[in-house]
Amino acid sequence: MDALNAIVAFSNFVMVPALAYGAQLALGALGVTLIYGILRFSNFAHGDTMAFGTMSVILFTWLFQGWGLSLGPLPTALLALPFGIALCAVLVLGTDRVVYRFYRAQKVKPVVLVIVSMGVMFVTNGLVRFIIGPDDQRFADGERFLISARTFKQMTGLDEGLAIKTGQALTLVIAVIAVALLFWFLNHTRTGKSMRAYSDNEDLALLSGINPEKVVMVTWLIVAALATVAGTLYGLDKSFKPFTYFQLLLPFFAAAIVGGLGSPLGAIVGGFVIAFSEVMITYAWKKVLGYLMPESLEPSGLVQLLSTDYKFAVSFVILLVVLLFRPTGLFRGKAV
Amino acid sequence: MKLRDAGLFALVALLIVLTGVMQSWNLALQVLNMGLISAIMALGVNLQWGFAGLFNVGVMGFVALGGLAVAITAMPPVPEAWSAGGARVLLAMVVAGATIAGAVAIWRKRPKARGWLVAALIVVGFIFYRFLFDPARDAIEAVNPALQGNLGGLGIPVLLAWPIGGLLAAGAAWLIGKTALGLRSDYLAIATLGIAEIIIAIMKNEDWLARGVKNVIGIPSPLPSAIELQQGEGFAERAASWGADPVTASTIAVKLGYAGLFAAVLIILLVLMQLALNSPWGRMMRAIRDNETAAEAMGKNVTKRHLQIFVLGSAICGIAGAMMTTLDGQLTPGTYQPLRFTFLIWVMVIVGGSGNNYGAVLGGFLVWFLWVQVEPMGQWLIGTLTSGLPEGDLKQHLLGSAAYMRLFTMGVLMLIVLRFSPRGLIPER
Repeated sequence: MDALNAIVAFSNFVMVPALAYGAQLALGALGVTLIYGILRFSNFAHGDTMAFGTMSVILFTWLFQGWGLSLGPLPTALLALPFGIALCAVLVLGTDRVVYRFYRAQKVKPVVLVIVSMGVMFVTNGLVRFIIGPDDQRFADGERFLISARTFKQMTGLDEGLAIKTGQALTLVIAVIAVALLFWFLNHTRTGKSMRAYSDNEDLALLSGINPEKVVMVTWLIVAALATVAGTLYGLDKSFKPFTYFQLLLPFFAAAIVGGLGSPLGAIVGGFVIAFSEVMITYAWKKVLGYLMPESLEPSGLVQLLSTDYKFAVSFVILLVVLLFRPTGLFRGKAV
Repeated sequence: MKLRDAGLFALVALLIVLTGVMQSWNLALQVLNMGLISAIMALGVNLQWGFAGLFNVGVMGFVALGGLAVAITAMPPVPEAWSAGGARVLLAMVVAGATIAGAVAIWRKRPKARGWLVAALIVVGFIFYRFLFDPARDAIEAVNPALQGNLGGLGIPVLLAWPIGGLLAAGAAWLIGKTALGLRSDYLAIATLGIAEIIIAIMKNEDWLARGVKNVIGIPSPLPSAIELQQGEGFAERAASWGADPVTASTIAVKLGYAGLFAAVLIILLVLMQLALNSPWGRMMRAIRDNETAAEAMGKNVTKRHLQIFVLGSAICGIAGAMMTTLDGQLTPGTYQPLRFTFLIWVMVIVGGSGNNYGAVLGGFLVWFLWVQVEPMGQWLIGTLTSGLPEGDLKQHLLGSAAYMRLFTMGVLMLIVLRFSPRGLIPER
């Protein structure tokens, strides 16, 4: 019984949150890695693109809620998601047209594009705060839990409850769908193949008649969709706050680099590596260990390696270790 | 300096004077003081980016370390806290340092199974560190928590804390540079971004060090305070003889004093930077920046030079951070935000002109002026634009959001400069 309780406690506090967070990170890191692969720069504005997409979803959610539309137990945000993606796509295509295209034509060094993306970051950040304000927004409606801790306890008769939030379950389902779609697109469609060709060798791709502007446009569209989905799922699971989204930039980069910049599969693996290590290192293991160990050995402290405020430090240390010992990442990404 | 550059400086001076005439001299001097500090930060970033092409987006961390140095040196010590756990905390720090040094040493010596050895050493060291550290931290934080709950400082004069802030930032930069330099430019950017966040996280959470988010207040000032001035002999009479209200006169006098101190620091640094830029060392740095391979072929040790300039630039940011905390009179870790303390400094350097010290200084003043003034201008603009709108939620929302115009404006300014004058207002020559 104790072992079962320990497993349930572990799932409730580590497994489920880390899986959901990992899926959100993976989606965000995919966006970073795609931009790196195709446009060849680290996009500092990605967190704010995500905030903008999520903000659009929230605005449409409010609109639909005002009309009385709802999806029953599912959050209304799902209905608003396509519209949010469309608005975010307009933003990124607009910035590409107004800002990035000029530098692409000049073939500037990647670091210049990174600095330019800092400018875009300021603009997007200001725009989001201007429209929706800097405060926390909760926009999850519908059923809050798939299984609440109490129902789980009643069903199983265990001491520990396992709560799964709708946002967490949705995150996994939608992330799987999104990733499957993305890989199908990259591997089986003409445009997807031309994107991979362009990422592998720009000159050869151009020589074989691939239209670079189209590749770039499709990339931005995919990035807008991924960023909006990732942001919305993160917001449904936790809450939406522009500053938090800006800060997610660091775990995104960590995930993308750990997996290997430019490698989509690496971004997904990296996302889960970062999420699991963040959650496991900042989790207080007292409860789980208490079930597993004999009473005499039970830990007196919290058995928490680091306080939760240091979760950025965890992703960062992993990032450093990977950079120092395997600079191309786990999946042999690019090292331009 | 060319005539055009001097004109640009005169323009910024005019803007500050206009602020004084149209708004208030207190505000104008505030802009001037923070402009001086911003200019110093911009000099630090310019040293790294403009001279050597190092992409440091962890400026916030070094600025915050400078501020931390003020709090842990200039504040009076808390003897109860030291006796409660000071020695034990220091011992824990020694253990932590020894563990890391030992791990590096083992790794370098390449014994068999070095991975396991290093991992074992780190685990043992970590447990021992927590065993020493946790009780000491609790004991220190229990000492008079409403006012102190930390070790306090060393009680040395606050002006001496400025170079110490530079040293602290330099030490951190050395550690970071040892590990992260040599990575490609955007990896270095992400590494520094992360380190800055970690430094802020430490400062927010380690209450025993500098009270964390409870803030250290009442940092001693190098100048007499406004109230001391007002009570001083004959100050009120002298103010009255100039036709000024003694309260305003005293606050202005204090700000002028700070402006003098900061200007002295800025001028010293600027002279040193100019000398460095035009010295063989500066030429070597630019050569390394422009073509690392060629410089290496000429026998220059690129990694060492990069480390050197990274440490120097970070030290300048640390000094500026210490000055800022002294000016504020308090250390508030919660207010350090990357947009304000890292990316805004980058806007200054890019707009002013990277690679040119005068450009960085100009950018510091100009961008800081805009940062302060865009908010009221935005308020006015939105107010005028919405004056025709009926009263309601939308109007309220727009008026309330006007404050965020400045992020937007900074971004647009940076993008415009990058597009139409990519070398900045005062380009490198």
